[in-house]
This record gives sequence, structure tokens and C-alpha cells, in this order.
Amino acid sequence: MVIEIEKPSSVRLSKVAISKTHGEDSPYFAGWKAYDENPYDEVHNQSGVIQMGLAENQVSFDLLEKYLEEHHEASSWGKGAPGFRENALFQDYHGLKSFRQAMANFMEQIRGGKVKFDPDRIVLTAGATAANELLTFILADPGDALLVPTPYYPGFDRDLRWRTGVKIVPIHCNSSNNFQITPQALEAAYQSAESMDLKVRGILITNPSNPLGSAIQSSILNDILDFAVHKNIHLVSDEIYSGSTFSPSEFVSIAEILRNRNYKDAERVHIVYSLSKDLGLPGFRVGTIYSYNDDVVTTARRMSSFTLISSQTQHLLACMLSNHEFTQNYIKTNRERLNKRYDMIIQGLKKAGIECLKGNAGLFCWMNLSPLLNEPTRQGELELWNIILNQVKLNISPGSSCHCSEPGWFRVCFANMSEQTLRVALQRIHKFMEQRKVCSVNR
Amino acid sequence: MGLLSRRATCNTHGQDSSYFLGWQEYKKNPYNEVNNPNGIIQMGLAENQLCLDLLEPWLMKNPDALGLKRDGISIFKELALFQDYNGFPAFKRALVDFMGEIRGNKVSFDPNHVVLTAGATSANETLMFCLADQGDAFLLPTPYYPGFDRDLRWRTGVEIVPIHCTSSNGFKVTLPAIEQAYRQAQKRKLRVKGVLITNPSNPLGTTMARDELYLLINFIEDKQIHLISDEIYAGTVFTSPSFVSVMEVLKGRNLDQTQVWERVHIVYSLSKDLGLPGFRVGAIYSNDPVVVSAAIKMSSFGLVSSQTQYLLSAMLFDKKFTKEYMSENHKRLQKQQKDLVSGLEKAGIRCLDSNAGLFCWVDMRHLLKSNTFEAEMELWQKIVYHVKINISPGSSCHCIEPGWFRVCFANMLESTLKLAIQRLKSFVSSIAMKSQSHQELKSLRRKARNNWVSRLSLQSFYDREQDTTTEVSFSYRPHFMSLSNIAATLDAAA
Repeated sequence: MVIEIEKPSSVRLSKVAISKTHGEDSPYFAGWKAYDENPYDEVHNQSGVIQMGLAENQVSFDLLEKYLEEHHEASSWGKGAPGFRENALFQDYHGLKSFRQAMANFMEQIRGGKVKFDPDRIVLTAGATAANELLTFILADPGDALLVPTPYYPGFDRDLRWRTGVKIVPIHCNSSNNFQITPQALEAAYQSAESMDLKVRGILITNPSNPLGSAIQSSILNDILDFAVHKNIHLVSDEIYSGSTFSPSEFVSIAEILRNRNYKDAERVHIVYSLSKDLGLPGFRVGTIYSYNDDVVTTARRMSSFTLISSQTQHLLACMLSNHEFTQNYIKTNRERLNKRYDMIIQGLKKAGIECLKGNAGLFCWMNLSPLLNEPTRQGELELWNIILNQVKLNISPGSSCHCSEPGWFRVCFANMSEQTLRVALQRIHKFMEQRKVCSVNR
Repeated sequence: MGLLSRRATCNTHGQDSSYFLGWQEYKKNPYNEVNNPNGIIQMGLAENQLCLDLLEPWLMKNPDALGLKRDGISIFKELALFQDYNGFPAFKRALVDFMGEIRGNKVSFDPNHVVLTAGATSANETLMFCLADQGDAFLLPTPYYPGFDRDLRWRTGVEIVPIHCTSSNGFKVTLPAIEQAYRQAQKRKLRVKGVLITNPSNPLGTTMARDELYLLINFIEDKQIHLISDEIYAGTVFTSPSFVSVMEVLKGRNLDQTQVWERVHIVYSLSKDLGLPGFRVGAIYSNDPVVVSAAIKMSSFGLVSSQTQYLLSAMLFDKKFTKEYMSENHKRLQKQQKDLVSGLEKAGIRCLDSNAGLFCWVDMRHLLKSNTFEAEMELWQKIVYHVKINISPGSSCHCIEPGWFRVCFANMLESTLKLAIQRLKSFVSSIAMKSQSHQELKSLRRKARNNWVSRLSLQSFYDREQDTTTEVSFSYRPHFMSLSNIAATLDAAA
């Protein structure tokens, strides 16, 4: 929408409304702007900017469309719409039982059946964005802090902090050990919070990680849980990419860690999930909170009144996800296709002389361009980013937008485009790297 | 284990109130014409179920809208990926046209000023986050929708200060009442950021008169504060006077383009007019671009499903359909309301004169043993448990006069309504008889208390399996009776 020239409001809006914590004034939005003004199109605009900053999964839509074609009852409540009335009136914040059941099953399948989920512990929210904010409202008071490992999803700055008044204290990770979270880093973050007089209420991890594109190892998950127990704080595991691992054995959910401990200390653990990435349905706004803590479940359920999922959408997805044949096939095929894409981009980048962090999940890879920086600083990174955006015409996400403490890393998405477009992007990168080699040789 | 936040452990979610018992009792024993004819009839739920049969054929005739196709071609991928918080453009256009139509096209709305939210519940909370800081206050005329206690206060930390309205003038808002509320807020050291009205009113079922709207506009102009008009029931006005939106009044006084124009915000939803509460479609409309901008970003926390936006854009775009639908909707609401009002009249029970909404504001003061809220509670319990009708006591809506009840009529068949009226008639006559036989009355109370109290273990109270839906949850103000007091009262009355 067009924001008209601002006249000063005669009465002040809230502090929240005028704060910048929504994060949308950051320089990184120049990337979006550049794309919006000149979007790449395979046919109509082959010199446009290719969008590689959007973590969307577009590789498996055909599977979803096929299901819908073969199952009209999912989108139309059956012939003559007998279920329409009941569905249209259904606004119970418990959510459709059939849908919660289907979600629990789906989450179990993703985890290879290694853990069970109780549908009555599932709270539905309009997307993981809402789930993360809601959990923050429940677990922390304004002015308290959550520890979040860096680099992290830029949206957390808004989702966890904006309306809640809660602060994020980073758990710094770096390339010396492939950005893994260490007990030392956890302790350092905790101390840092204490020195700022902030009460730490919990840790929030994303597993598999965004932007790293890798699953957290089980030994580290155990360390993190031990730390949470030791400090008597909560642990939120955002597992939104759990169905996007390239091989089923690579991902270990915090649920499995708990099961291995016979669910001791489970009441401090909460899982966030969504269908936006695994099923590629961000528009449908389907998120969940799974908590092992009864009070959190009850309170989250009540709070979900502010962010319920359309019953029409719950019905559609209840049908789809209850279809075991469909979900088995989808999970397997989706993984294979993402794996193929990942291999494609890694090979392509390697040929161009670019290394990435070893990844095994997600819709993106974590690319190391630090050798190309003029200076090993955030400024240097932004300069390089500008060149890639405006000359190479690729919108990728600079590590500083993800609060990475090491300059030169970039998140590059590969699943939101056709294979052909990805090839074009790789060609451009290749060309760019060739040109730089030539330039440095000539210096 | 570590504690949860203050927000999580306080009871501003409103669900510990005794009002819940009505819901619980209903759910344990829901009326069904065939299977449970002696069950409790639900008249505490403001849903519009009268016209869903009109929507069904439209859906059948428009398979593309449901099938996520446009001109026969699948647009599934486009919709699946559409998460733009600016909203589906076609839907916003269709929605503003619909909103204009409801207001007799006396005002027109700009789609660029609309923010879509997951229901009016979300819209109201979002506006609070935009307009007020923690500890600020909004003034609300009483009686008001119980859900506001949660929606406006829970996570925002904003306070509600009531503008008390009474039956002496049909519960209209008066200048002395507004000023008294403002002074009250000042006494409590609360900074007043605005006034929130529901127009047409829930629970009164009346539309605001022009002079009330003038009064409010003058007041907010004078105090330089905001006005939120929740017009969720705008499409349920079934008889005169016709609906006058606050936007219409502003335009009429040439106040558009002034500062006050930017301080008036409307909330809307399709939950009541179209009877689609499950689809979670709400909207904020504001003339202040800064509010729109902030609210749009906040809507990320509660977007409307693109699947649903698409369906409804097609439906609302069908102007022929919406015109017929609204006309039939009004007819059916009017008939059902008339049936309720006349039925109650025959039982000697009067209602506030109403022209809108899905409920009537019913005067049962003459049935109270005393002019107290304790007596209101006692009467309410009898009606729920003994007469087997769930209705909403006025105290739950913060009414300052005991004896008023909100009774919904649009969520049931005509036959069910007839039965409910019949039961009430019998109840009223039995009271008349029993007032001649005091002993019999005492025994009835004892029985009611025994049954009632035995269902009232604290265990079932806090440990409920079935919480209510969003419509009915609200908080009970501290000075009203807590659960344990109800039992004590019944004891005392025996």
C-alpha cells in the first residue's frame, strides 16, 4: 500500500506502533525492493533480479494439486456441501479434532515414527509467526530475555520482541566449529544477559536451522536441554523445517531427546511447527505449538483466539494429512527433490569456487563469501551484497541480517524457483566469480 | 519448573468466571429436537445460523471458488504462496464494496485503508496495540461484549473504564456518563487514549442514534483521543432506524480531511453478518496511514487464510447474491426477533426495543428476589439449571443494573425458539404460583443448590476439558461473585 506523507498525529499512537522493532526499515529491504522493481521472469524478463532471499518450497506443488484434483471433498465439504454449515460455524479454539489428529500423525511420520504426539497437546495458530510470538507472551514478561543462537531468522526480531517487549540475547556461533552451539557459548550468553540485568526465561532454537540449513546434532541438543534444566528455563524448538531434511536419519527432534530421557524435564519444552515450509503452504496460515506443559497448552489455547486457523483450511488439511498414502509419498518425494536441488546448487557453487557450510536440510544453503570481502567487516559484507544485488542481480540474504557475528556469509534459497531459473542463477554467479578472478589477476 | 509470564498466570483471559457454568451445563446436556428434547437450549451464543442455507447453493453454483480455480484453471499454487499482509487485492476490493453496501452506500471505503485480521477478536486487540501503551485506558459504554475484557486488555495491558448506561434512557450514552468515566480514569491515574463503541450494540441489539454519535465525536475531538467503532453487527440491522456509521456522521459534518477523521477507526468482520465465524475474517479500517501501516505489519500475527480470502472475494464480488442475501437475512432476523419478543411479552417479560443484532436485551428485574447481583445470579442459575436455557446475565456484560439478560435468537430453528419461550412462560407462571407457596420455593432452591453445588467442584472448574469458544469467554470483575460464593449464597437462600 502507499503510505501517504505523514502528518504528525495529534494524539500519540502507542510506543509499539511507532517503534521500529517490526524491522522493516532495515537496509536489507533494499533487496526486496530491487526484486519487486525488476523481478526475473524466465520468458518476459530474463535480465531481472532472481529472488534467492525467500525461503519458500515450490518443488512439490504438483503432488498437492494432484491430491486436490482427486479429492474434491477436501475443498468442498462433499457433494451438496453437507459439512459446510458446521465448518463455517466452527470457531472453537481447540481446533478441529480431525485436523489435530492429522497434524500429530504427520509430525510423527516426519520423525520416522520415533516419537508419538498427543493431539490434545497441539495448539493451532495462524502460522509459526503467531506461534513464536504467542509462546513468548506466555513464557516471558516484558523486559525479560530469550537466548537465541546466531545466525538466526531475521523475523525473530519482530516475532519475539515487538509487541511482547521481550529481548533477544544472542548465543554466538561461528565457523570454527561449523556454527554449532557450544555449552560455553550458552553460558556466555546467559552471563551477558545477567550483566545487562535481564532475566533469562528461555532458549529458542531452530532445528533444522535457518539460515544454516543443517540439523542440530543430538549431543548438542542434549547439551542445550541440560543447560535449560540447570538454569531452570524453557526450551522452544522451532522445527518448521523438520520435513525438509534431505534424509530422514539426519534430523533428531527435541521430542526424541525427551523420549530418551523418559520425558523427564519435558514440561519446560515446547515445539513450534508449521506447514508453510514442508508443504509449501505459507498462504494458508497453519502453525502449531506442541507443549509438554499443561499450563502452557491451556494458556496457549486461550490465546490462540487471536490467531485461529480458518476452519475451511483446517478441513482441507485434515483430509489431506489423514491420507496416509499421500503423506508417506509426499514426505519421501519432497525430501528427494530438495536433496536434488541442494546437490545442484552446491555443485554449481563449487564449480564457481564458492564453499558452503555442509547442509542437510532446509530450503537454502549457507554460503561463504568471506574471501571476497574488501574488508572483514559488516560494511565490507554490505558492499559485496550490494554488488551481488545490483550487478549480478541476485537477491540473497547477507549474514548480518541474521545477526551472524562473522562477516561474509550469505543465505541462498534454492527451492522457490524452477530448476531452469536456478541454473541461470548459478551461471550468473559463475560469471561473476570468473570476472573477479580476472580482475584480481590484473591487479 | 520455571514460572510462566504474568500474562499467562493472571486471569484476564476471563475464563475462570462463573459465567462458564452455563456453557458447561449446556455442553453436558445440549438440547436436541430428536435425541435430547429435555436438554439445555443454547441462547448464550451470538451466532447467525439463519441464512447458511442460502450460502450452500451459491457454493454449489460456484465450484471454482471452492476448488481454488479461476476460469477453470487451478490457481492453487498462487494462493498457497500468497502470504502478503497487504491482503488479496480482489478480496479487499470486494470487502469494501460490501461494507459500503451495508451502509446504504452513504459512505465508500478505500481498500488501501483496510487491514485484514483473523477475526474481529484480532482486529480489536491489534488496534489496542497500535493506539495505547500498557497502562493506558479506553472508555467503553456498558453493557458491553464480555470478550472485550480479554481482547482489549489481556496481552496489551490496556485498561477498560466503563461509561455507565442505564435503562432510564434506554441505555443510551450521555455526556455526563462519558465525563464521569473520564474523571474516573483520571482518578485511577490512567491516561485515556480513546473510546470504543459497538454499533450496533452487543448486547443491547440497538443502533446508535445520530445524536449519540455527535456526542462521541465532539468528546473525542475535545479530548484529542481516538474512537473505535466496532461495527461487526452492521449487517444485522433488520428494521428502522437504519444503520448510521460513525464514518457517515463524520462525512456529513465535513470532518473528513480533519484531524479527528484520522482518529476514528472501524472494526468489521464477516462472522455475524455472513454467519462465518469459523473462517476468521476480520478487518480494521482506518484513515490514519500510520495506524494502517503499523496494523498491517501486526497482522502478520493473524493473517486470513488465502484459501478463505479467495472464496470470499468471489462470493462478495457477486453483488446480486449479496444483495439478495442481506435482504433475506434481515427478513429472517426480524421474524425471529419478533417471535422472541412477543413470546416473552406473553410471559410478562419485556425486552429493550431493538432493531439489530442476534439477541435481545431482556428485562427480568421483576423476577429478582431483590435488586442485587446476587439475586441476578440466583435467577440465572435457575434459568440455566431448572428452566434449561443458557442465557447471559447482564453482570457478565458489566451492566450496573441487576436483572437484565442477553438472549440470543439467531442460532436456532423457529421450533426451538418456540420451545424456549414455552419453557420460560412455564417458569414465570410457576414463580407466580410459588410466591404463594414459600415452602415449595425453599425446597426447590435446596434441590437446585444440591445439584448445582455437586457439579461445582473446584476440580471441574479449573480443570475443564471443554473450554468455551471465543464468543463467550470474558472476565468477571473482582467484586462480583466468585464460584465459591455462589455455593454459599445458595446455602444462605435455602
